[in-house]
Amino acid sequence: MALPQAKEDALAARLESLTKPASGGWLSLARGQAEARLHEMGLPGRRDEYWRWTNPTTLISPEVTPAAPYKPTDEAPAFDAIDRVKLVFVDGVFDAAASDDPAMAGVEISRLAEAGQTDVHWAREMYGLLEAQGQSPVKRPLAALNSAYATDGVLIRVTGKAEKPVHLVYYHESETSDAILHHCVRVEEGAEFTLLESGPAAARFNKVLEVEVADRASFHHIRTQGRDHERRAATHIFARLGTESRFKTFTVTANGVMTRNEVVVELTGDDALAHVAGAAMGDGDFHHDDTVFVTHDAERCESRQVFKKVLRNGAEGIFQGKILVQPGAQKTDGYQISQSLLLDDDSQFLAKPELEIYADDVSCSHGSTSGAIDDTALFYLRSRGVPEREAQSLLVLAFLAEALDEIEDEAISEDIRGRLEGWLSRRMA
Amino acid sequence: MLEIKNLHVKLEEEDKQILKGVDLTVEPGKVHAIMGPNGSGKSTLSYVLSGRDGYEVTDGTATLDGHDLLDMDPEERAAAGLFLAFQYPVEIPGVGNMTFLRTALNAQRKARGEPEISAGDFLKLIREKAKTLKIDAEMLKRPVNVGFSGGEKKRNEILQMAMLEPTMCILDETDSGLDVDAMKLVAEGVNALRDEGRGFLVITHYQRLLDHIKPDVVHIMSNGRIIKTGGPDLALEVENNGYADLLAEAN
Repeated sequence: MALPQAKEDALAARLESLTKPASGGWLSLARGQAEARLHEMGLPGRRDEYWRWTNPTTLISPEVTPAAPYKPTDEAPAFDAIDRVKLVFVDGVFDAAASDDPAMAGVEISRLAEAGQTDVHWAREMYGLLEAQGQSPVKRPLAALNSAYATDGVLIRVTGKAEKPVHLVYYHESETSDAILHHCVRVEEGAEFTLLESGPAAARFNKVLEVEVADRASFHHIRTQGRDHERRAATHIFARLGTESRFKTFTVTANGVMTRNEVVVELTGDDALAHVAGAAMGDGDFHHDDTVFVTHDAERCESRQVFKKVLRNGAEGIFQGKILVQPGAQKTDGYQISQSLLLDDDSQFLAKPELEIYADDVSCSHGSTSGAIDDTALFYLRSRGVPEREAQSLLVLAFLAEALDEIEDEAISEDIRGRLEGWLSRRMA
Repeated sequence: MLEIKNLHVKLEEEDKQILKGVDLTVEPGKVHAIMGPNGSGKSTLSYVLSGRDGYEVTDGTATLDGHDLLDMDPEERAAAGLFLAFQYPVEIPGVGNMTFLRTALNAQRKARGEPEISAGDFLKLIREKAKTLKIDAEMLKRPVNVGFSGGEKKRNEILQMAMLEPTMCILDETDSGLDVDAMKLVAEGVNALRDEGRGFLVITHYQRLLDHIKPDVVHIMSNGRIIKTGGPDLALEVENNGYADLLAEAN
């Protein structure tokens, strides 16, 4: 079916502002297929149901809305105390000099820009495929655009227990950078891997992360999206999980004028586990949208979605989360919670929790709440000598605790917690 | 020393006078009990002294060791040595009991210009105090009061009191919801804290708590005033005859 003219025009204008990266090899084919998908869908528009609460205009416009880089001087770089392999991108461009040597036992790392030129590469069987699969039942055009136009990315294949995490470090230097990165991670049978991501990446960032977690494999992902106030981001994670595999992703977002984080998970092997969590804190001009789609297509799988947002001074938080239980996915254990803590009357939180269940022996629950800081608890803390600001911070952290608990590694958890405490002590004044 | 003079308090939201001229002095080392029927203003007195929102002092003063309590934030009152054991201790999901106590203790120390307690010293101290109150390590790790039984909550209040070492302790119906064994345990905890530098104001409906925490002075409160003050015998009189006679006498 032909697209409406307005959508055709918007897409044409956007594509005109992009240059398709040179790629011989297998990647050309994948890009071509992604572009074909994109032309069928068009870019997201205001009237699309899936974009009802997040205006996509600045995410699809040909020109980037300029965004000043923000250089915090009051905190250590993310995950600084953790032994890890750093791979650095500045405005979406790989910075070899600032990156570590990626050689690590059991982990094979290559860059999309290089590997895409070859004829044979394992990522050929993966790139764009999970994204394509994730286009149904809901369209995600920005992800298809990413597959077609990503300039670079990291391809990681894990065959054993990785001795340390890989850390993708994103710096934002240029006011008008418009970065598109696409990563693929394949955790082979029985392997274990942790991926860290940090930083704002660009004035506008479009990122796709495809993750294949094979049988009995384990993948843990923690990211912090930086503190730039003006940056915009549309990110997608597509994950497919095998039998008895584990997948956990946690995102912390502080600031950012526009963020849309989509996570699409498909549990395809029995007894798999998927936890998707996030903590977002917005003050003022802040719009943060978590859109999650978890599909249970196997028996006895567990999924959790835990999203918490702390909002004030007109900040906006969105949650659209779905659990789809396919026929035959018996003994599914699905849980979903989205909550906001509104620190004043100007902020708003909109939530659309959805369950769609086609199996008869499942246990699924969902909940969504919005509330203020509990005055009784605040008084209790103060009556024990804790000053008001400190007591508020403590209660905000307590509110976020259920999401933070999804970070398994203690050192990483401490790093994230420290960042949140810093943000709170600066903001709760 | 806690000195309350001619304290008048009304609810902020509605024009309802709750305290109508309370005079009370609690000397260090002494245990004063306040008894009285429901709605006499006992709990209001404890809230006003600890600085809870929602009350307006229309007249009178309240000082602790000469400092004007009514002019301080709740945290300042705590640092000055005031402690309220809540009738309904508050559950705070997500905040560990240990974290809570350490934060509180260090905040008070900081406010008084004292150095923070080290993690090791804190641990040693809390384990020792918890043991005497039969609070196990598991309870210390759990979020503040979450999933605690009524008795555990009250014991946790006394643990906080023992850790923070206030000079003036107010116990608001600490016996409510406790069976006899739990009440004994709580009372032992309180008695262990009795010393010549510390005053207590024990608010209760019933005489039975005062069997275990022996008061030096007993006050009867009714309709926002203290209508009678006496020795421990006064509590027994209430136990035997109820409040009716005393109220009639006061009118």
